[in-house]
Amino acid sequence: MPLLAVLLLAAGTYAFRLAGPALGHRFTLSDRLRHLLAVAAAVLLVALVATGALTQGHGFAGWARPAGVLVAGLLALRRAPFPVVVVAGAATTAVLRLCGVA
Amino acid sequence: MRSLLRTLDRATLRDIALVCVADALVGASFGAISVSGGLPLWLPIAMSVLVFAGGAQFAAVGVILSGGGALAAVATGLVLNARLLPFGFTVADVLDGPRWRRLLGAQLMTDESVAFALLQPDRRRRRAAFWLCGLALFTVWNIAVVVGAAAGGLIGDTDALGLDAAFPAVLLALVLPSLTDPRTRAAALAGAAVAVAATPYLPAGLPVLLALLGLLLAGRGPAAPAAVGSSAAAAAVGSSPAAATEGVH
Repeated sequence: MPLLAVLLLAAGTYAFRLAGPALGHRFTLSDRLRHLLAVAAAVLLVALVATGALTQGHGFAGWARPAGVLVAGLLALRRAPFPVVVVAGAATTAVLRLCGVA
Repeated sequence: MRSLLRTLDRATLRDIALVCVADALVGASFGAISVSGGLPLWLPIAMSVLVFAGGAQFAAVGVILSGGGALAAVATGLVLNARLLPFGFTVADVLDGPRWRRLLGAQLMTDESVAFALLQPDRRRRRAAFWLCGLALFTVWNIAVVVGAAAGGLIGDTDALGLDAAFPAVLLALVLPSLTDPRTRAAALAGAAVAVAATPYLPAGLPVLLALLGLLLAGRGPAAPAAVGSSAAAAAVGSSPAAATEGVH
């Protein structure tokens, strides 16, 4: 990832951040747009979770990784503290690999 | 800083501190995963200072590490960060005053700082919560990323440690609170199915963007009308009060 890409992402992100404080008193966002942006972020995150958990390159990532993510997800649902969620997910995957699960 | 601390009650200060601890772990894992995945040391550090949005940073690096192009990485990060646009309109009253303060405060806008601001009963405390949380997170996050990136160079086999599962686990914990809305959930699951199904056939990075097709199921507005208005940003992605105290940004 070249420096230019980082700068592009940073500039675009900053523009999103500044728009409200800079223009907030002149116009407001419609509820429809707010809703769409919130759902878009959720859709992307879930897609990243799914592809990140299940795929490696163009193929299946093996069982150990999705199992770890599943454990993390269950703990998150049960409102476990965030560090516990992440460490338990990684540890599950690590232990499964140690036991020979790919 | 001291007057910011005095303005807020103890419970809020404790919650902000907890979020800082959680984000330090996320930042350290971001640095470690980036560098151990083969990216140069400066990249996660520069990203953390300049982009300062954990979800987008993980997403962009994830696209790169899975073999995607820089353009796909930037596009994914930008779509993810588009949620900051409504946040900015929601906390605009907190970021008033001299121009430099607005310019600086904008960079400190995250899921967490917005969520903490919206939890406060009046404007003075909203402002204090936003700045304290924003400044604390910016400091903690960037130090943690540097430490993690330095450590990442030392870790040999990250797969043996299960670190490849940590990245989707972080994002899952981040997104779960926003999936209580049934239409958001339907859109997200449909999008994820599209992305996974497309992965064998498309260049890396594109399947995740293709998931946005799931937005066709998003409906025309929020399912719960109560979510509109002053708490709209808090009801958006991952920023319910509960999520803020467990949160990631």
